[in-house]
Amino acid sequence: MILHDLIGYDTLRLIWWLLLGVLLIGFALTDGFDMGVGALLPFVGHTDVERRVVINTVGPVWEGNQVWFILGGGAIFAAWPPLYAVSFSGFYLAMFAVLAALILRPVAFKYRSKRESPRWRNGWDWALFVGGAVPALIFGVAVGNVLQGVPFELTPDLFSRYEGSYYGKFLGLLNPFALLAGVVSFSLLLTHGAAWLSLKTEGPVQLRAQRVGTVSGMVAIAGYALAGLWLAFGIDGFAVVGEHVANGPSNPLYTEIERSRSWLAAYGERPWIIVAPLMAFAGMVLTIRGLRDGRELTTLLWSKMAIFGTISSVGLTMFPFLLPSSIDPTSSLTVWDSSSSHKTLFIMLVVTAIFMPIILAYTAWVYKVLWGKVTETDVTESSDTVY
Amino acid sequence: MEFDIVELSRLQFAMTAMYHFLFVPLTLGLSILVAIMETVYVMTGRPIWRQMTKFWGTLFGINFVLGVATGITMEFQFGMNWSYYSHYVGDIFGAPLAIEGLMAFFLEATFVGLFFFGWDKLSRVQHLVVAWLVALGSNFSALWILIANGWMQNPVGAEFNPDTMRMELTSFTEVLFNEVAQAKFVHTVSAGYVTASVFVLGVSAWYLLKGRHEALARRSITVAASFGLASALSVVVLGDESGYDASQNQQMKLAAMEAMWETHPAPAPFTLFGIPDQEARETHYAVEVPWVMGLIGTRSLTEQIPGINQLEAENEDRIRSGIVAYDALMQIRETRDDTPAEVRRTFETHSADLGYAFLLLRYVEDPREADEETIAMAAEDTVPTVWPIFWAFRAMVGLGFGFIAVMAYFFWQTSFRRGIYPRWALRMAVAIIPAPWLAAELGWFVAEFGRQPWTVDGVLPTALSVSHLSVQDLLLTIAGFAIFYTILFVVEIGLMLKYIRKGPFQDVEITDSWTDRHERRLRRGDGEAIAPTPAE
Repeated sequence: MILHDLIGYDTLRLIWWLLLGVLLIGFALTDGFDMGVGALLPFVGHTDVERRVVINTVGPVWEGNQVWFILGGGAIFAAWPPLYAVSFSGFYLAMFAVLAALILRPVAFKYRSKRESPRWRNGWDWALFVGGAVPALIFGVAVGNVLQGVPFELTPDLFSRYEGSYYGKFLGLLNPFALLAGVVSFSLLLTHGAAWLSLKTEGPVQLRAQRVGTVSGMVAIAGYALAGLWLAFGIDGFAVVGEHVANGPSNPLYTEIERSRSWLAAYGERPWIIVAPLMAFAGMVLTIRGLRDGRELTTLLWSKMAIFGTISSVGLTMFPFLLPSSIDPTSSLTVWDSSSSHKTLFIMLVVTAIFMPIILAYTAWVYKVLWGKVTETDVTESSDTVY
Repeated sequence: MEFDIVELSRLQFAMTAMYHFLFVPLTLGLSILVAIMETVYVMTGRPIWRQMTKFWGTLFGINFVLGVATGITMEFQFGMNWSYYSHYVGDIFGAPLAIEGLMAFFLEATFVGLFFFGWDKLSRVQHLVVAWLVALGSNFSALWILIANGWMQNPVGAEFNPDTMRMELTSFTEVLFNEVAQAKFVHTVSAGYVTASVFVLGVSAWYLLKGRHEALARRSITVAASFGLASALSVVVLGDESGYDASQNQQMKLAAMEAMWETHPAPAPFTLFGIPDQEARETHYAVEVPWVMGLIGTRSLTEQIPGINQLEAENEDRIRSGIVAYDALMQIRETRDDTPAEVRRTFETHSADLGYAFLLLRYVEDPREADEETIAMAAEDTVPTVWPIFWAFRAMVGLGFGFIAVMAYFFWQTSFRRGIYPRWALRMAVAIIPAPWLAAELGWFVAEFGRQPWTVDGVLPTALSVSHLSVQDLLLTIAGFAIFYTILFVVEIGLMLKYIRKGPFQDVEITDSWTDRHERRLRRGDGEAIAPTPAE
């Protein structure tokens, strides 16, 4: 088949870099509010009925939302195999924690309502809290580490090795900058969950959600601003030495990388990317205002914009880097040297172009069917069909 | 005690994969059975079928969620524990996994929520469509996963790229229409249908024994027995072996399943019983049935099935050829774009055997330094341990024939004996509920243990596929999974039993109004009051 030559290798890599962003953002926008709602659950719902209202706002959709994450993993595997191989094994114990949380969460959703006992239900409520809070935090921590570079190197066989003992490797992830990034992601998703609850609930639950969301929104703004300053003055960025070859084979060792200038130098080269952090800040401010004034639908949209802006700002700042290495910069993975083959990228693009619109269409239909607030009568009257 | 990263990684993968597959077969089959029941409901309007749909749907949901949750582990684990594997074959192997997400998993996960929450929000036909989309999604999921797994057994449509040090896709259609993948798909989903049928049959039989929910139980037995008989026939007749002549390692697996040490003139006999002796390379006390193996393995009477000793000798040659490929690869890597054309040619001639040279890395730093003795040892490594495969295969096949017998019996009783089931038969139906799970796990054991020492047959040895992890890392996660999964298993079984004991919800309102209408309709016919419709 020569069809794949229709689109150049470099163009395909760029498209797949964008699609990677789309998937991560899609995940954060949809599953993000599920995680936020989970983390808010013990605090905004005081009685069992209130908690059931909270859970049932995401009850019918969390399963589909979670697929964004699974698809994200699959797409990284298919389109960026070196990134998948190095990051998943490098963040081994952190990934295990995310995994445990993501296994706990579906089970908690499904099993909580199956017995009446308060102890049973309370236990699963905390499982939902952990299942929401832990991944929300760890994703930020991971991004914080990626921005500082991860201690790995590639052998000539492209086997990835990591520096440090096993404790050191895990505790090393929890450095101050990474934790700050974790606070940003956690508070953003908490705010997002609050915006969702503000739309889908009423009465005291809605009020509590709006109050928590306002505070976490402020934490998010402060954290994001602080992380920006830190990035400007405290962390060295990475750069490709000489001309990069955008069409070459996917061997990270073929590109020479050095660690010299600040990440924020990217804003000098590509001034338009300032749009991303501006969107993030504007989104956060408007979300807080919306939550305070009790506006519902627009607040959720602003919150989405905040998340969109934040994730894009990281991607655009780092471009073309995907995963820089702190101990051997040459091993760093970039958009131009860590993708699948030309053919695989093309085939996956065709498949995505066919199925993504279908997915979006039926997902939209499902949300339309489920449109409207979840009330206390909804959950008390149909106890056998809802959670 | 010395722990080995490779062995621990294998242990963890085996543990989590087999656990995952406790839930998958029931999801595959029950999604279809539930959709069939709902179809009958929508076509006839009889509320009992709605009740059945909801009841089996609840059990489906309890099971489904753990299948989904433990499936995430499977996807993560390739990167976490098998990072060199992920790098080396991700270009091919990653695609079906991603497509599974796009085409199948999104479908089932998006609609499964609506299936449970949408009863009052959708019309009957809409809800039926949702039920079928869930079933379709689950089964598509199996298709793509088995295309990925089929490629590990028979890696077609790919070649090694010396620049990127990995396998790269050459033909997507070959990967898609890989005969091993196709055979595996049919075999695996059929096994799922059998599992669900045995489950529905067993639970219904229990109700009949207790004299409860008779209307639901009888109809469920009819559905399960018909569907189960067809599936049990398909799982045996369209067995997995049809793809076993596809590649060298598949042939080795077939020979190991049969403990067939020497090549036998076609058609080979089937060893009904025997005690394989790996040391002496013979099977003691063998009881053989002539011709059957040849038929199973090749679907012909004239094609020969090679024995273990012959395959091992062939593998030794491939190791030698692999060393030549390795040598050329090292030269290419040093000289990059200035490599002499003749070195490239040498590499291309031998590159299909490169993986065989990697087998030597267990013993030497550089395959080129291997002596004759080492090469012989590496060739011996290509023979998997025979007796577990031999026995697991026999147990699986025995169970498979057992399912045909049980399903045929219940199908006969329900169709031609007015649904009279003796108590012994009902008790047996309850007792065999765990059997299909056992058969499915045995099947995977044969497929995956039989593939050793490779992760990807002839391409990448298992020992080379792992991540750079420490023993502590692995012990911690293995312990974590063991504890976590055990708790979830206990919770799951507890809930299943609770909801089985509780039985179906009575949709009283709908039942009454439907009965009223039904009776009115019948009265209109002859003006007389009606006798209760049989089986209604």
